[in-house]
Amino acid sequence: MKIFARLLAATMLVAGVASAAEAKTLVYCSEGSPENFNPQINTTGTSFDAARPVFNQLVEFEPGTTKIRPGLAESWDVSPDGMEVTFHLRKGVKFHSSKTFKPTRDFNADDVLFSFNRMWKEDSPYHKVSGGAYDYFNDMEMPTLLKSIDKLDDYTVKFTLNKPNAPFLANLGMDFATILSAEYADAMLKAGKPEMVDQQPIGTGPFTFVAYQKDAVIRYKAFPDFWGPKAKIDDLVFAITKDPTARWAKLQKNECQVMIGPNPADLDAMGKDPNVNLLSQPGLNIAYLAFNTTKPPFDKKEVRQALTMAIDQPTIIKDVYGGAGQAAKNFIPPTIWSYNDKIEPYKYDPAKAKEMLKAAGVQEGFESDLWWMPVTRPYNPNAKRVAELMQADFEKVGIKTHLVSFEWGEYRKRMQAGEHQMGQLGWSGDNGDPDNFFFLLGCEAARPGGQNIAKWCNKDFEDLFQKAKTTFDLAERAKMYEQMQVIAHEEAPVFNIAHSVVYEPIRKNVTNYKVSPLGRREFAEVGLE
Amino acid sequence: MISFIIRRVLLVIPTFVAIAFLTFVAIRLVPGDPVEARTGERGISPERLAYFRHELGLDQPVWKQFLDYLWQIAHGDFGTSISTQTPILTEFTTLFPATLELATCAMLFATILGIPAGVIAATRRGTFVDYTLMGAALTGFSMPIFWWGLLLILFFSVDLGLTPVSGRIDLLYYFEPVTGFMLIDSWLSGEEGAFASAVSHLILPTIVLGTIPLATIARMTRSAMLEILGEDYVRTARAKGLSPFRVVGIHALRNALIPVVTVIGLQVGALMAGAVLTEYIFSWPGIGSWLIESIQRRDYPVLQGGILLVSGIVILINIFVDLLYGVLNPRIRHAR
Repeated sequence: MKIFARLLAATMLVAGVASAAEAKTLVYCSEGSPENFNPQINTTGTSFDAARPVFNQLVEFEPGTTKIRPGLAESWDVSPDGMEVTFHLRKGVKFHSSKTFKPTRDFNADDVLFSFNRMWKEDSPYHKVSGGAYDYFNDMEMPTLLKSIDKLDDYTVKFTLNKPNAPFLANLGMDFATILSAEYADAMLKAGKPEMVDQQPIGTGPFTFVAYQKDAVIRYKAFPDFWGPKAKIDDLVFAITKDPTARWAKLQKNECQVMIGPNPADLDAMGKDPNVNLLSQPGLNIAYLAFNTTKPPFDKKEVRQALTMAIDQPTIIKDVYGGAGQAAKNFIPPTIWSYNDKIEPYKYDPAKAKEMLKAAGVQEGFESDLWWMPVTRPYNPNAKRVAELMQADFEKVGIKTHLVSFEWGEYRKRMQAGEHQMGQLGWSGDNGDPDNFFFLLGCEAARPGGQNIAKWCNKDFEDLFQKAKTTFDLAERAKMYEQMQVIAHEEAPVFNIAHSVVYEPIRKNVTNYKVSPLGRREFAEVGLE
Repeated sequence: MISFIIRRVLLVIPTFVAIAFLTFVAIRLVPGDPVEARTGERGISPERLAYFRHELGLDQPVWKQFLDYLWQIAHGDFGTSISTQTPILTEFTTLFPATLELATCAMLFATILGIPAGVIAATRRGTFVDYTLMGAALTGFSMPIFWWGLLLILFFSVDLGLTPVSGRIDLLYYFEPVTGFMLIDSWLSGEEGAFASAVSHLILPTIVLGTIPLATIARMTRSAMLEILGEDYVRTARAKGLSPFRVVGIHALRNALIPVVTVIGLQVGALMAGAVLTEYIFSWPGIGSWLIESIQRRDYPVLQGGILLVSGIVILINIFVDLLYGVLNPRIRHAR
């Protein structure tokens, strides 16, 4: 008993010491371990979050928005034909140092060239280091987009494109476009340990990397020579806590001040806790049901409209998403510029849907498959349950559906091949540009194996889509996207199910923390009272 | 004795090959592969898929992949994780001490409380004490680890504020790991309060992981004791006037311990399974969640290597338990 009492006393002592020192340390309860610390080669939000404090890109997203602002590039010019983008780099930007590396020079054009060439050029000595998979660089179609990257002088870099591309700038704000230190890479190559570049990161960001213990903790320290506004905290710690209930318990006990991914069941308590601010925002995503428009009767727009009216959307939102979902009426979430709020969603009306189906020649008892993906995704917590609800709805209008699913990889492959009649999928945006959503309804992606699983190719929609891609004027582009939403609504190639709602509980003493519409965790400007 | 050890160790080799084979085949029977597993909604183009499958050697016939793998293992090379690009042995040796530390504490907790509980229940057979202890043991045995862990966190950490929620030590302390065992490292660090913090972080996970073994050991000890207490030699010991403590504690318990030691040995395997959940709830950086994630990511080398290393350790512990029989009961010594 005595031992127990001593242990208790010791525990309380520790807790006391901890709270005294926490004045300058912000602890973030994260959900998992990063694969590495180089955003060029990894693909998960967890890994991007872990590398973000250390790095910068040429351009960056203003915290809490999808708006682009200068980063390591102070400014840029776009040539009149949109084929060349010239970046003027910031001067006097320092790199971090570590036990193994002390930089001898400031950031310059060589670092930009090294970073992009590593992903792009097979003859870069780093191309194959750490697995060499640059998934995002490839997914954003950079290899086909880029013609050349040239150093005009130490502080000017010119990107020449194969075709004008307005979303290109937003791409460069993404994590994969991170700028690494060429000098550090050279040093590690000489030392025979090139993979160190991806494990002990050296960047120009507001925090230097201190230490990482797998599945336990990541530590960062504010970088005194950071080129931007100095961090308002001294130490940043990621406490890797996989269970959402444990994260919430830690937040309540002030063992961490910011947490990711609350359990929906805890939201109520979080809202009521006087020490906690429950921040929320619609996620940059969409869950949808695609009608395969190459297969009759889904090739008729009236049939697709009728099926859209047959689905009881509010019940799905209530039953499957609980508080963490918002009914979708457009293919892009409302946080993206150009969202067309004037669109009137189809009303749930099974009687009218039945009539329309009859008029379109769909017999009572028509059979179709209805695919649901076998995984939980940020935009869809339970696709099977959604499918079951839809099945019941379709039954009411005389359509018999069979639920179909496959292993996730197989599922995507078969859907992209167009094997389904109706099927669920979704999308999480990368860079907050509408183009990054609408390409999923474009003609290029409608080919077999492409990502447009409605296999829908509409000339008016496609013309606008292509035109918007090459228009650099934001207001003009926005008008085109608004019009595209009108077309998509009328043609109904997909039924827009929902956008998830992202919740982020933080302690009340955390200042200037903004929920990122891009689903990022950003601590550069966060303070503690 | 030595020939027994050699024989047992030699027998381990075919077991190893069989385990390697089973894991190798089982993970490949699960649909999807390491390349596809890391892609999201976009999927991956057939060209890139083929390229990376080739880079990882996954385009080879499975039998060839397996033989290559055995050859690699025979040379002490467990491969490199596909997702983190870190050698398996490095990851294992970083994470395993945490699991071992927790499992050892849980086992000590279970044994120290379980054996006396079993003995008391047996000597008070049919009384209120017996029913209470065995009722508690049955409850403990049927306790779902996940629920039990969260319940303890909510009660002791959140409501009463007595213990930390999760992790191995307060984040305030930062020192380079020396042994990987937090109790030792925190002691060596010399930082004030570090050791106490490490201990306080161990309390709840130890209880959660130790509950099921505790219940099993208590029940096993009770039934073994009951059998022994009915033996003639115990009656003789009582008849010649030995104190109840000597009868039970020295003569009966030592013989009753043989089945109990067997159970403890077998529990090591179960402990590994329990560690997966316990580590998840308490953010304990051990091998449990490492292995589970390797399945999700189809990180073949991690899963194969990790399972082999874990099973190797379980096999070694069981050999050790076999040897312990001889110490407990000279009649079954293995020496000729």
